[in-house]
Amino acid sequence: MAANPMSQFDVYRIGPEIKVGAFDISFTNASLFMILSTVSILLIFNLGSKKNSILPNKIQLLAELSYTFVSKMISDTAGSKAKPYFAFIFSLFMFVLFCNMFGMIPYTFTVTSHIIVTFVLAAFIFIGVTVIGFIKHGLGYLKLFVPSGVPAVLLPLIVVIEIISYLSRPISLSVRLFANMMAGHTMMKVFGGFVISLGIVGGWLPLSFSVALTGLEILVAFLQAYVFAILTCIYLNDALNLHH
Amino acid sequence: MVKKIYFQSIFFSFFFIKEAFAAESGGMPQLNPEFWISQIFWLVLTFGIMYLVLSKLILPKISNNLESRKSQILENIEAAEKQREDSDAKLKEYDEIISKSKHEANGIFNQAREKALKDIATKREVLDKQIDNEIAEAEKEINALRKNAPDKINKIAIETSSELLQKLIGANVNNSSISAIVDDLSKRNGDKYYGN
Repeated sequence: MAANPMSQFDVYRIGPEIKVGAFDISFTNASLFMILSTVSILLIFNLGSKKNSILPNKIQLLAELSYTFVSKMISDTAGSKAKPYFAFIFSLFMFVLFCNMFGMIPYTFTVTSHIIVTFVLAAFIFIGVTVIGFIKHGLGYLKLFVPSGVPAVLLPLIVVIEIISYLSRPISLSVRLFANMMAGHTMMKVFGGFVISLGIVGGWLPLSFSVALTGLEILVAFLQAYVFAILTCIYLNDALNLHH
Repeated sequence: MVKKIYFQSIFFSFFFIKEAFAAESGGMPQLNPEFWISQIFWLVLTFGIMYLVLSKLILPKISNNLESRKSQILENIEAAEKQREDSDAKLKEYDEIISKSKHEANGIFNQAREKALKDIATKREVLDKQIDNEIAEAEKEINALRKNAPDKINKIAIETSSELLQKLIGANVNNSSISAIVDDLSKRNGDKYYGN
């Protein structure tokens, strides 16, 4: 069972089965790692914001650097109007980052490697951004699908393409994160399997590869969280500052 | 040769791995909807709680900390600037006081010198006057003495001549006649004896 590179993505129940009506909301290993991620985020940022010293200690510096990093990312991509959504994007970035990073620890479960989790996040962002766009601009938000400076002949085609690309946003956003996480972890598992099966003689080659892959995966874990957050900012920018 | 065996063993192992994986593969667990509802539920719960705590409690504190630090640093810089300006002003004041007191000291010195010179001049004048007076008085006395001197000499001369005559001739000669002779002589030879 352990040799199967996909078995690491298995979700299994921890404790008893919990059912609400027809829905199964049992506590699973996925729930465990969601709770672990959120609790560690809250712990770190709570410790980082407790004391306010002029010379920040390490954990305070960490919290404040993350704060300024995300705040700068938002103001660079979505402008000053996105200020009310800062807390959401910050939580989103931190949640995805911590879930990705927890997945890098051996024998853990990667929450973000499940399409349903990333899709719920992406769908929420998509719906939220669309609602914000219609609230801010009314029906004028539909102008997003009509880029300026396009010849009238091409317009019907362009509008159709724009609508399709807009509707595919939640899919591309969720699949990007899920596929990256799943592919990376599967590959690491496959190379780990090679190390075992090739033994002491031939195992060194896949082992060195595995070490390099771990470094790459940590980079990907950060990068995908960043991409997820910055794409959210870009979608938010479209909704807030309609200038297509 | 060893190298060849090494790579061959790696190559053959791939087949075994493939077989081992094929035996247990059951597709992607991600597409199994058994726990989808559970995952959605726990995601919404954990993310929701985290979002609420972060946005209501933690993030405002961090932003507050950052802002208060920024303002404190700005305040400190401002205070430092102000103190520097103050010290500059003090330095200027000090310089002014120094130059002013130097000026004053110079003035006082000059005044004192002038006063001293004046004093000396007045004292000298007084002394000069006194000296002149004394000289004039002494001259007057000398003059008086000089004027009186021939009379006294004449008188002495008359007395001695009368006594001489009495001893020589034994007769009293009239003083008035002797004095007439002496007067006559002194008038004739006065210049020779008194330098008049």
